[in-house]
Amino acid sequence: MIDVAVVAYAARQQPVFDENEIEMMAPVIEDVRVATGLGPDDLDFTCSGSSDFLAGAAFSFVMTVDATRPVPPIVESHVEMDGAWALYEAWVKLQLGEAKTALIYGYGKSSPGSLRDVLATQLDPYAAGPLKADAFGIAGLQARYMLDAGDVTEARMAEIAARSMASAESNPLSIRKGTRRVEELLAEPYLHDPLRAHDVPARADGGAAVILATREVAERVCERPAWVRGIDHRMDIHHLGARDPRRAPSAAIAAQALAVTADKIDVAELDAPFTHQEALLATELGLDSEATTINPSGGSLCGHVMMGAGLTRIGEAAARIHRGEADRAVAHATSGPWLQQNLVAVMEG
Amino acid sequence: MTDDPLAPVAPPVQLPPRLQGVEAVQSVRTPFRLEYHASSGQHMAAFLRAMKQKQILGERCPTTGQVFVPPRGVTPTSGLETTELVELPDTGYVESFCITRVPIPGRDDLELPYVSAWVVLDGASVGFIGLVAGIPADEVRLGLRVKAVWRPDEELRETADNIHHWAPTGEADVRIASYELIGAPGRPPAERQVRA
Amino acid sequence: MAKERCAVIGVGQTKYQSTRGDVSIAGLVREAALRALADAALEWDDIDAIVIGKAPDFFEGVMMPEIVLGEALGGVGKPVLRVHTAGSVGGSTAIVASTLVESGIHARVLALGFEKQSESNAMWALSLPQAFQTSINAGAGGYFAPIIRRYMAMSAAPELVGCLVAFKDRQHALANPYAHLHQPDLTFDQVVESPMLWDPIRYSETCPSSDGACAVVLASEAAAAVAPNPVAWIDATAMRSEANNFGGRNMVNPAASSMCVADLYAKAGITEPRREIDVVEMYVPFSWYEPMWLESLGFAEKGEGWRLVEDGTTRLGGALPVNTSGGVLSSNPIGASGMVRFAEAALQVRGMAGEHQVDGATRALGHAYGGGAQYFAMWIVSAAA
Repeated sequence: MIDVAVVAYAARQQPVFDENEIEMMAPVIEDVRVATGLGPDDLDFTCSGSSDFLAGAAFSFVMTVDATRPVPPIVESHVEMDGAWALYEAWVKLQLGEAKTALIYGYGKSSPGSLRDVLATQLDPYAAGPLKADAFGIAGLQARYMLDAGDVTEARMAEIAARSMASAESNPLSIRKGTRRVEELLAEPYLHDPLRAHDVPARADGGAAVILATREVAERVCERPAWVRGIDHRMDIHHLGARDPRRAPSAAIAAQALAVTADKIDVAELDAPFTHQEALLATELGLDSEATTINPSGGSLCGHVMMGAGLTRIGEAAARIHRGEADRAVAHATSGPWLQQNLVAVMEG
Repeated sequence: MTDDPLAPVAPPVQLPPRLQGVEAVQSVRTPFRLEYHASSGQHMAAFLRAMKQKQILGERCPTTGQVFVPPRGVTPTSGLETTELVELPDTGYVESFCITRVPIPGRDDLELPYVSAWVVLDGASVGFIGLVAGIPADEVRLGLRVKAVWRPDEELRETADNIHHWAPTGEADVRIASYELIGAPGRPPAERQVRA
Repeated sequence: MAKERCAVIGVGQTKYQSTRGDVSIAGLVREAALRALADAALEWDDIDAIVIGKAPDFFEGVMMPEIVLGEALGGVGKPVLRVHTAGSVGGSTAIVASTLVESGIHARVLALGFEKQSESNAMWALSLPQAFQTSINAGAGGYFAPIIRRYMAMSAAPELVGCLVAFKDRQHALANPYAHLHQPDLTFDQVVESPMLWDPIRYSETCPSSDGACAVVLASEAAAAVAPNPVAWIDATAMRSEANNFGGRNMVNPAASSMCVADLYAKAGITEPRREIDVVEMYVPFSWYEPMWLESLGFAEKGEGWRLVEDGTTRLGGALPVNTSGGVLSSNPIGASGMVRFAEAALQVRGMAGEHQVDGATRALGHAYGGGAQYFAMWIVSAAA
């Protein structure tokens, strides 16, 4: 495989952006270009991730491409998925030995629409869709299964929330932050029993951008590139009646394929929008929470951008390698209300 | 490919005994209603406010100087945020057009057939779509000089639809220099050789 | 690192028609996939990864439907990607799938494009009012008709060239059992006399709206070696995107198209496309795009593409047959149409195109475009090892 590294990462996150999507993303894309000195002429491939249903417009990604300066023409592609999968497509492209650099971005504004209604359209249209079950409720079902089976406790969920919010204090992008004690959190009322306010993601508008580069460029534009040692992604069965909600086999398969636990993991950025999901993923990835710092950014729980959260986790993990705060990091991205599709990336400094 | 395209490829579903003879569900109809409050963005907002004053604003590309209308906040020729808005006259020419004879959803007010045209405003580098009226459809031609006919003052809102249609000014036609190139000639930089 | 070679070893399609009310979305995609697997003599377990492509989800009213379709395509436990590059998506999906093989990551990849646009309302989905734009959005026909008018003015082509293309493609479709429009009684005069929709585009010069799916199995050299049927080697792929509105844009022959094909030919070592390519499957949703793309793709000089239509060059039996499958003009499941072009090109060089086979075809071009003629995906496939 060709050595490819994350050489830059930038993001914007706010509860609501009044700007339209292209005004929202243009500064993020410009930030990674400026950080590396790589302008539009130097970026061989561009790939983005976004969703039409989220934007309320067909072909919604088209407008945002203008921020990549597609005049003269560029080599560009798009996935209707979280930007993490756009990064995967770009990483594969760079393996072909032609393109040497890639710009990836993933973004979403969920504030214009009603996210719970939009996400209801993601369900199987024959049996689950007509029920218009909302995503928080479906996640709550998963938490209930896990609680009843003893996979997790409400206290553990609150600990995850408290730790994430405390970590988020040092992340200017985070929406939810603060020092809260577990007992305080547990005293809060349920939002969607068994989920409390701190157990559900802090929704955000925003997006992230990352630049990937092969060795000759990476070493020139980045002091300490985050080398991608591997990326793997898998899908589980999706139907709510057929899928065991307590497990995410796809995450485990991806982690095993990458031999995630073969070496010490300094940092793991997990795309777990709900607290109980962090517990689930940590188990599936085989993480040792004593040895590994989980979600030092505060994670998706403290700031969740649809179609951007996974790419943000990859960027946050890479940033810690860039800054010398970590030598080996794992980043994860997910899709589906019960984590039915998962991507895992391993990076090293 | 020699198999029969209409032949089933999947084995027939085996129904359990208690479902034998039960009418199968052929389709599921789930009405959805999704409401979105879209943000115009800063520069489009300025454009819309100006529209209410019967003023047309474009944005100037910081790299090439091309003027885009309506402004969207980032010009594709630069990939950079707009810093300069430009006022444009409400006159221009028909770059191209078609005569539409099919109704479009939501516009029952449009009498068929109607002429939808790309109008390039004087000073703009690109065209945008508008209705051309006040002239028989078969007399509309490339290069026809037109001027905006605005809705009455009391109907003006913050919308590009304030321009009801474009009407011929009677001036001599603009000579189209190249049928391939659209808008005011710009010279985008030559493509860098990429094999990717 | 040298790229791995990649071949098409299986193709599967569904009969394109306006409504496939007999299958669910999962049933539709599975039908195409099963045919592709059968062609390649493979089982679900033999596939390493899946790449799905389709156009806006509003066409079915399901957000990210690949999430629930993964299991219908044997995707449980496997990597599944969903590509969306507007109308070119069928082509870009095949290209993304090919990168998975060429990079050496996977040996057998299933690429599938589909649209079940009867489920929602395609006309509505294509005409969704864009916030803050004028509401005179006249749909795809209304967008392309003005461009066609410019081409007609530039080339001084006879007025009925578009009708010749439309008639030719519907004749071709009669020999393709999968095509949507089968109009054995259609006459050329009927095409000419059909009502103008977006003058200069007539009703009969416009693509239909179809449900359908198309799948290809892409394989590494080792996997292709054990394939039961002839394979189509992918010689080259290329993609380009450009903004759809800027000063000095060439609307008739967009730079993204001409530069995409230049990159493609350079990679494939093609210097005389007319001579070196035997058959073309190009994305022509409105008839006049055939002469326009013939020029852009280097088969004719600027302003001369219409002559190849008029003199029969692009008919089955002519010197450069174009869209012997019937093309997009005869079948248009939007998310699949690009894949159908790529798959039909592969069928030609495999010698498996049945009644619409071009005799002796060994090299073919598959072409797809999308958006305001701003996204392009193309590949060259050949029979030679």
